[in-house]
Amino acid sequence: MKKTLLILSICLSGLLVKAQDTIVKTIPAALVKTLDGKNFNTRDLNNDGKPMVIDFWATWCKPCVAELNAITEEYAEWQKETGVKIVAISIDDTRNMLSVAPFVSGKGWDYEVYLDPNGDFRRAMNVNNVPHVFLFDGKGNLVLQHNSYSPGDEDKLYEEIKKLTGK
Amino acid sequence: MLINKPIRSLALIAICIIGTTYYSTAQSSTDLSNLSGNFEINAQYYRPDSAIETVDVPEKLLSNGFFNLNYTYGKFAAGIRYESYLNPQLGFDPAYKGSGIPFRFASFTSDNLKVTVGNFYEQFGNGLILRIYEERALGIDNSLDGIRVAYEPIKGIMLKGFVAKERKFFEYPDPVVRGIDGDFQLNDFVKGFEDSKLRLGVGGSFVSKYQVDDSPSRILPENVGAWASRVNLNYGNFALNSEFAYKYNDPSYDNDFIYKNGESFYTSITYTKKGTGARLNLKRVDNMSYRADRNASFNVQTINFIPAINKQLTYRLSTLYPFTTQLLGEMGIGGEFYKTWKPSTKMGGKHGTTISISGSLVNDIKRDSIDNDTLGYATDFFTIGHKKFYNEFVLEVTKKVSPKSKFIFTYIYQFYNKKVFEGYPGLITSHIGVVDYTYKITKAKSIRFELQHLLTEQDRKNWAMLLAEYSISPKWSFAVFDEWNYGNDDPDKRFHYYNASMAFTEGPTRISIAYARQRAGLLCVGGVCRLVPASNGVNLTITSRF
Repeated sequence: MKKTLLILSICLSGLLVKAQDTIVKTIPAALVKTLDGKNFNTRDLNNDGKPMVIDFWATWCKPCVAELNAITEEYAEWQKETGVKIVAISIDDTRNMLSVAPFVSGKGWDYEVYLDPNGDFRRAMNVNNVPHVFLFDGKGNLVLQHNSYSPGDEDKLYEEIKKLTGK
Repeated sequence: MLINKPIRSLALIAICIIGTTYYSTAQSSTDLSNLSGNFEINAQYYRPDSAIETVDVPEKLLSNGFFNLNYTYGKFAAGIRYESYLNPQLGFDPAYKGSGIPFRFASFTSDNLKVTVGNFYEQFGNGLILRIYEERALGIDNSLDGIRVAYEPIKGIMLKGFVAKERKFFEYPDPVVRGIDGDFQLNDFVKGFEDSKLRLGVGGSFVSKYQVDDSPSRILPENVGAWASRVNLNYGNFALNSEFAYKYNDPSYDNDFIYKNGESFYTSITYTKKGTGARLNLKRVDNMSYRADRNASFNVQTINFIPAINKQLTYRLSTLYPFTTQLLGEMGIGGEFYKTWKPSTKMGGKHGTTISISGSLVNDIKRDSIDNDTLGYATDFFTIGHKKFYNEFVLEVTKKVSPKSKFIFTYIYQFYNKKVFEGYPGLITSHIGVVDYTYKITKAKSIRFELQHLLTEQDRKNWAMLLAEYSISPKWSFAVFDEWNYGNDDPDKRFHYYNASMAFTEGPTRISIAYARQRAGLLCVGGVCRLVPASNGVNLTITSRF
């Protein structure tokens, strides 16, 4: 029995190591909603071979809003220089999900925003709490992630984006 | 077993090699497999503090922990969650005591079909008749265990159905919950309608639960059904989202075993144009508590979720008198307005200005007594009750004064009927002011202050709070704050509730440690609350994902 377990564990650990070596090329699949109520599958998220940021946030989360506000001031330049796209996933639940569209337009944000009111995408991405930012390169490899926000984090994010595009 | 040990080992090795080889081949062409998960441990050391009447904790240390492990391989996914409450922290239901794997699932997803067996979460529409979700901070996890199918026959049509039992702490008791939902986004599949300026979507759902009638004195319905229909309409800058729900007679502990049917109506109209946003919200709830177990209470075994209508307030002193949805009956109206003026405009000044204004008013429904006392009462759909539950007005101005410094000014007016939300008599009117100032010292270092004040003639009278936070991007953050009930009539109860914390973040991992003296109160997320007793002690939280 012990031997069986040993072989099995070696076998499994081989698989696990293998699994860690490999890199996810597509974003995990989950059903979210667009701001105008359409269903959208997150595995279709991409930015045509350019870097993409996925930012989990909520309207009631002050640091999340501070971060997205800080980025919005420089977003036009980021896009021009690197072609990066920011996808903002609101985890606001059914109480606030219908406030997200007026909130976003009231802030003047230009991000691609989706609603994840029951946490399906959040769970698929294993996000504990917000804000949580993921940076993917053009091939879909996760190159940077950061939980929580302090002023200045957006500069470090942009440095990484620039590295990816060789700027 | 006929096969002897060496052969079995050989067979295993062979399977292992074949498996790994197959696996590696699969890997080399496409990356299909992925192992991921997350982790959270929250441990609190409790000290007695007789002044604020803390609860005695003989264990001294209480902790809640979670570990999720998910594996995906192409169209296949499986996962488990280990949870541990040793013992449950104060404010969480003691019935969580213990450890185990209450959540595990396997699923298959093709282009238009998803089948899940085991545990899952789900929400139909706005959740009025079905919302299965987790909210760790509140100790809520009503996940279902059964079979769920979601099918998209053509683009724009989504059909879902499930049969399952609902979680209750570490168990899945007998009541069965079943549901179906259809969502139809007409522009996606009606010919000639694809590029219409008018977008129209309709949806409908039906949920039913089965629980044995175990009452010696009453005849209880064993099957309780509920249906809901909804519409979403977008035209230009405007959008309408409306849902109506109906629940058949469902005598329960919550409604004092009356046989009246339940109803709920929830409607939102929004306006969006870059730089401006607004929302108007209407709601009516009548006898809509819906649980798998008719005898359950608090946050246990809920099937549905009625959204709260007021703004979700987050500043510390604005959470002293929190609104909670009254499932037995309420009528409310709420509105929100957001506006940003760009830099270098008259209103925007040099660096831009953002304002947000919101308000809400919630009253009881009007109830008329009737002869048939098994129905409880009669009510008119359009008439507002006289009893005032809650009223709020919030004004928030965000103003950047230089590239380095930013202010957020907030004023909140609140009316709170304590009897309705907490069971103790009291009508509380309060005014709250907050100044939130952030200054960026260098590119990575910043400091933030919060000055809060709550003014009221009732309850525990005035409160003040000061917070200072220093952070070094991207890893370190330090904060201290003190909430002070300086206006309390009893000089011996003018307590300071102080808190000192530090947090370290590296990528996905966050470690925080805090020393806190915490006031008793309701901790709320999304209009659902749990009562947290007063405490004094050290808290350690570690979260990560992989």
